[in-house]
Amino acid sequence: MNLLEINHMKKGFDGLEVLEDISLTVKEGEVVSIIGPSGSGKSTLLRCATMLERMDDGELIYLEEKAAWSDGAGHSVYAPKNDLKRIQRHFGLVFQNFNLFPHYSVWKNITDAPLHVDKISKAEVEERTNKLLQQLGLEDKKDAYPCQLSGGQQQRVSIARALALQPKILFFDEPTSALDPELTGEVLKVIKELAQEKMTMIIVTHEMQFARELSDRIIFMEQGRIQKEGSPEDIFGSDNARIREFIGKF
Amino acid sequence: MDFGKLLGQLGSGMVVSIEIFMLTLLFSLPLGLVISFGRMSKNTLLRTITKGYISIMRGTPLMLQLMVVYFGPYYLFGIKIAASYRFTAVIVGFALNYAAYFAEIYRSGIQSMPVGQYEAAKVLGYSKAQTFFKIILPQVVKRILPPVTNEVITLVKDTSLAFVIAVSEMFTTAKAIAAAQTTMVPFIAAAVFYYIFNFAVAAFMEYLEKKFEYYR
Repeated sequence: MNLLEINHMKKGFDGLEVLEDISLTVKEGEVVSIIGPSGSGKSTLLRCATMLERMDDGELIYLEEKAAWSDGAGHSVYAPKNDLKRIQRHFGLVFQNFNLFPHYSVWKNITDAPLHVDKISKAEVEERTNKLLQQLGLEDKKDAYPCQLSGGQQQRVSIARALALQPKILFFDEPTSALDPELTGEVLKVIKELAQEKMTMIIVTHEMQFARELSDRIIFMEQGRIQKEGSPEDIFGSDNARIREFIGKF
Repeated sequence: MDFGKLLGQLGSGMVVSIEIFMLTLLFSLPLGLVISFGRMSKNTLLRTITKGYISIMRGTPLMLQLMVVYFGPYYLFGIKIAASYRFTAVIVGFALNYAAYFAEIYRSGIQSMPVGQYEAAKVLGYSKAQTFFKIILPQVVKRILPPVTNEVITLVKDTSLAFVIAVSEMFTTAKAIAAAQTTMVPFIAAAVFYYIFNFAVAAFMEYLEKKFEYYR
């Protein structure tokens, strides 16, 4: 089944075309990396897909349920609010800057949404959270506040927070860009483990080696378009001069 | 007149001052939040009205506003003013005035919140109300404590303005005794009282700030 389907997505800001015509399909269990230079529209694509930003035109479908469709006259129409709320539960997002809630402890950051948004029983949330903390190596940090953690730990908490809602797809927006190189590894390791568990993930990243090792598919974006899409071998073995130049910089 | 009797008289004025202080905060703190919502509203009319309101409340003397609230009903509508309305008028005037200041403090705090907090809450599925009351407001409170402390301290001293419509709070009482006895002592006693009051207020606000120090 296609977990995510994007058709002809367009997005502009003040007349500047940022996404020109993006179509993308992600199947269950796939790991898709999106690479490309700054300003290529990677983040905007992610923000439109996660509905933090409204696209101008195009279609957005999660698990065969339409979140937005084109009215045929160059504008997209979004589903009613209640439908969107339900569709939104299919995915989670991990931000570049973590965006943890600083006034909540690690434990509350992870448990609050399952308890008070999804209204899941306390016992189950506790079980889930303990499992996640263990899986992400954060057992001894559950009472800490985000400001007491390193960047790598904070990012792992934010991954746990997203996973606690048991999304079908997890988006990552440059998950290691705010971390210094020493802390990058611990976050990448967690993402790798998720990939082994067949978590469906879409990752915007500058970590070329990581994308190569992990991805089922890599998308190279430039100037608001998908310039090339293929297996890591296709992309890294590409004879396209621009892609070689871009990859060569890393 | 002996000192004990003086303190007794000032004491009853003091109770009135403290009542004005407490009631003003009780009404103006929530009212300020409502006004700040209006001030940040997407609705242009609502935004213009609240902006005008804040501008007038901050741009004219509180003393004048108290007089308008007290005498207004008679001069504008011919309603006979009951003596008991005095105290009500003081509270209404103070609450309306301080709410305008608090509204701007709330606004500065709310607008200083990083957009990432809203986005994280949205992706996690929090409703707008949950996002505001669980995620945003607690952090805003921490941020605005210092400017709120400023206003609260000013309020302690401003309670003396109630004399303008003859509510016998402490300063009115001190003035009356000073005039009758031709002595400075009541004023000195009043000064000491205001200082101690504010000292306590500042200590309490410092305690609150400390309570919020567990996170950055």
